[in-house]
Formats: sequence, C-alpha cells, structure tokens
Amino acid sequence: MTLGTRAGLTMGKATRDAFGRALQEIGASNPKVVVVDGDVANSTRAEWFGKDNPERFFNVGIAESNLIGVAAGLAASGKIPVAASFAAFLLCNSYDQIRMSVAFPKLNVKLVGSHAGISIGEDGPSQMGIEDVSLACSLPGMVVMVPADEHSTRKATQQMIEHDGPTYLRVGRGDVPLIYDENVDFQIGKANILRDGNDVTLVANGLMVSAALDAAEELAAEGITARVLDMHTVKPIDEAALRAAAVDTKGIVVAEEHLHHGGLGSVVASTIAQTNPCKIAFVDVGDQFAKSGDGDALLEEFGLTGANIAAKARKIVQG
Amino acid sequence: MTGIHTAPDFDRLAELSKSLRRDVLTMTSEAGSGHPTSSMSAVEVMASLYFGGIMKYDAKNPKMPDRDRFILSKGHASPILYAVLAEAGYIQKDQLNTLRRIDSPLEGHPNMLRVPGVEASTGSLGQGLSMGLGHALNAKLDNLDYNVFVMMGDGEIQEGQVWEAAMAAANFGVSNLVAIVDLNGYQQTAPVTKVTDPSTYADKWRAFGWHTVEIDGHDLKETHAALAAAADYSNGPAAIIAHTKKGKGVSFLEEDFSWHGRGVPKDRLAEALEEIG
Ligand SMILES: Cc1ncc(C[n+]2csc(CCOP(=O)(O)OP(=O)(O)O)c2C)c(N)n1
Ligand SMILES: [Mg+2]
Repeated sequence: MTLGTRAGLTMGKATRDAFGRALQEIGASNPKVVVVDGDVANSTRAEWFGKDNPERFFNVGIAESNLIGVAAGLAASGKIPVAASFAAFLLCNSYDQIRMSVAFPKLNVKLVGSHAGISIGEDGPSQMGIEDVSLACSLPGMVVMVPADEHSTRKATQQMIEHDGPTYLRVGRGDVPLIYDENVDFQIGKANILRDGNDVTLVANGLMVSAALDAAEELAAEGITARVLDMHTVKPIDEAALRAAAVDTKGIVVAEEHLHHGGLGSVVASTIAQTNPCKIAFVDVGDQFAKSGDGDALLEEFGLTGANIAAKARKIVQG
Repeated sequence: MTGIHTAPDFDRLAELSKSLRRDVLTMTSEAGSGHPTSSMSAVEVMASLYFGGIMKYDAKNPKMPDRDRFILSKGHASPILYAVLAEAGYIQKDQLNTLRRIDSPLEGHPNMLRVPGVEASTGSLGQGLSMGLGHALNAKLDNLDYNVFVMMGDGEIQEGQVWEAAMAAANFGVSNLVAIVDLNGYQQTAPVTKVTDPSTYADKWRAFGWHTVEIDGHDLKETHAALAAAADYSNGPAAIIAHTKKGKGVSFLEEDFSWHGRGVPKDRLAEALEEIG
C-alpha cells in the first residue's frame, strides 16, 4: 500500500479485521446480536464471532437471497442480525431481498459488505464491490457507512449495532493506513475534519481518505491549504460540513473507491447543488469495470491517488 | 413443536370459508382490482389455521413473542389475509372495502408496518420462506415454543430463493417451520404445467429434506388434519402440497385463469356471491 506515505501515515489493519474484532467484542456482551453468513465468514471475519457464539451464528450456505431473508426474519422476531458477505454478492445478488425484506419493512438488519473496491486486486471484477454504496444509498432509510481505518471501523461497527434500523457497512480486504488513534470521535452522519484549509476541500471515505491526506500534503508544499473531510457516512450525508466547505473554500474534490454514478460523489454533488453550488471534481473508478492485477497498481492505473486528487484540486483553486 | 389440536366445528369452518370468499369477492370487486382467484384457492387452509385451532395468536397482542406466525409469501393474495385478519379481530371488517385505496393501510400487497397481524411485507415472490426460517431459528434462541407457517404459490416456488431456504431449513433441522404450497394449477400467464411439472413438487420437497404430504386443500377435514400433523411434526421442517382450484367457488372464475389479478366487475358480483351461497 503506497497510499498515505506522503502524508506520513503508518499502516494499520484491514477494516474487515477491525469489523471482525469489534463484532466479536459486541457478541460477548449483547446476546441479541446474531450473524448470518453465506459461506464466507473467514473472509468477512465474522467467523471470529461465530467461533465464540456457535449457537448465534448461521451459515445458510452460498445463498445470499436466503441469507437476507433469514436475517429479516430474525430481526422481525427481535434479534439484531449482522448479514455479512462480500459487498458485491451481498448487494448485487440479493438486492430485491434487501429492498423488500429489509428496507421496506424497516427491519433492524446490519448489512456488512467486505472486499469492497478495486484494491482487492488479483481476484478481479467479479469479486470487487464497486456499486454497493450506490445501491445501498438508493434504499429509503438505509444508513451507509464507509470507514477509513481500523479504529473508525471499530466505532462504526458499535454504532451500527446501536442504531435502530437497516444499515450498510462497507469494509475492505487489505491493510490500510491509520488515520486515527483508538479514541477517534465517530458519529453516524457527522464528517470528521482531519485537516483544515481555506483554498479547497477534499471529501473522501474509505481508502481514499489516505489519498486525500497525501494530496493535502502535496498541495501544502505549493502553498495551497486543503480542508480534508472524512465523509465516513454517505447516508445520511453531513450537509452542514458540505455547506461550510462550499462557503469557506473554492470548491470540492470528492474521492472514493467506487463507480462514478451514485456513490459519494453523486450524494455530495446533489447536496451542494441545492443550496451552495460550487466547483466540484471527482476522483473515482469512473463508468467502467476494473480488472485483475496488483491492487496498488490498479489504484494507480485508475487514478485513485493523492496526485490525481491534488491535480483536480489545483484546477479548482487556479480557476 | 407439539400442541393439542382439538377437532374444530367443521360446519362452522365451512360457513366461515363461505363468508371469507364473499369478503374476498366483494372487496376486490369494490377496489376494481386485486387477486380474488389467488385468494380463493387458499381459503380452507387459512380458515383452518386461524379458526380451526391450529394457530396460537392474540389479536389484541399482535407482537406476542410466542405467537405462531403466518407469512403470506404469495403476497398478491392479500385479500384473503385481510379477510382472515378482520375475522380474527386484528382489523375492522368495515375496513375491508377500503382495499387498495390511497388512505387505506390495506395495500395491494401486505405491509407489515401498516396492518397488525401481517408478519411480513411481501409482494416480490419467493421471499417468505427465508423470513419464516429466520423466525423459526429465533424460537430456539429465545426458548420459545411457536410454529411458523409460510404459504407459497405453485408458480412462486419457481424462484430460486425458495430452494435456498428449503435446503437451509432442512439443514438447520427446524421442526417449527411449515411450508404450504397452494397448488392451484395456474400462475399469471399460464397453467403451471407449461412451466414446471407440479406432479414432481412433493418429491422435490422430500428430496430437500422436508416431511411432505399432499392433500385436497379444499377438504376441510383433510386440510385441518394435515396442518395439525405438520405443526406437531418434530423431526425437521414439514411441507404441505395443497391441491386447490384457482378461483374456487365461482365457476366462471375457476374456468378462466385470465382472471388472475382482476376483480369481478360490479355487474357480475351478485352472480358470483350467489354461487358461493
Ligand atoms: C418476483 C416476482 N416476479 C413476478 C411477480 C408478478 N406476479 C404476481 S402473481 C404472479 C403469479 C403467481 O402465481 P402462483 O405462485 O401460482 O400464485 P397464484 O396466484 O396462482 O396463487 C406473478 C408472476 C411478482 N409479484 N414477483
Ligand atoms: Mg398458482
């Protein structure tokens, strides 16, 4: 992982690992929490909960539609089910089940999608969840979170369990840089300001928070000060933070490891367009599927880099 | 789960079945749309469940933790569910004729957030058995004794999710889950035989590990006995293939499957009601 080096970040664990550990901790104290798995618990790390609580762990098999329905039934009977699989399979294979069995009846199901983004690398496009945020955000009432590092993922996992209603938590496979220490202040729907600045605002989530911090460092060397927002919650979006960014700085660059349409970029743009239209640029996977290959090399090839964010920010500042 | 299912008053159940059919016909005719024929094939099963002493419920306490659950997976048959819920006291009988209106909670397909007694929001076919399995698994976690009944259509079980759930349920060994397939012979655009072979259905459920029986789903005694036995069955999930007639009770509806999704026009309602008696 080269992201975060320019910003001087140190490496931490993968967000899926942090999710798995947090879920294991929660499982020990909250007997209402159950896990429904689709034969990938070793990958999602839900197996750590499963080993401690075999009676509350249900592997329904490679059957994501059924996975969602079983979770919905458990929620309707009062449990707090965590339905975990790869982001791609969970959201895409069982979207109608999420729509009808979970979102429409507002059931308290916790969706967790791992292996999100193109940085998973060699396994290739079939395994890369890059449309998950868009799909999840489309559904009324769904809370959508994309935490950046292990400490914020731990908090996100705790808050997802405490929140009453359907949620989607996106986590990644590979180790990622540390953005926070363990006392991170994390609240659903409230962006974290990681760095302040007056010239431009960089809004990012997940892995791209590290890239945004790299970009801010690069820009600072040229005398451009960038505000960096960790927009860990895509829905509900932090409108106040975005409005302030539009007022205080010359424009916004949004960076995410997701397709262009329907992700964080779309949500930021539609929010800002209503009250504080400003210049806005996007760093994302675009309107294309990725391919198989080394994860770092893919991020580079698809422009998911601090340098690309900095280039777009420069354009905004220079007008 | 086991329980005591005393023999009901079958004359009363027969009378109730007639009145439920009249409700279904009247409310869908009034609404000008809806699925009366899909509802009418399910009448005897639902009457037996709710009024034959098979299901444990309390209309005044719809969320009672150890209630038996009924999930209408073939959600388009909502009229019969609403008629039953009105008879059971969950909703008012005079609400029935508000079916499908903008100000009515009785939506075209059941909405669990708006109608007490509705256990699942359905309408996208194939999803009910999975939800039923979730409820069934919960009973063990909470040490509760209840059954979950899921009714599906004979076309609906063409959905892959049904078989995902069937396979998982048998593997989990839940004996408080009962699947009922309303084998009324028709789906939306065709006889089921044109799409899948219903004569293989019982064997399919058996092959998936379900204790399975086939019954005449309009014979109240046979239906009641099968439901009671399935509820009491303690060695895994149980399935009932109920052979029924789509539109049962009104000959012009039984004869023409294109009535699927259509209410009886107001000028033919009297004729239909008269045949029900
Ligand atoms: C997933 C899905 N696909 C299609 C439909 C449209 N649809 C509604 S009812 C129906 C036919 C159902 O046939 P069957 O299961 O035999 O039920 P019946 O009406 O005969 O009781 C169809 C295709 C739907 N509601 N859900
Ligand atoms: Mg049918």
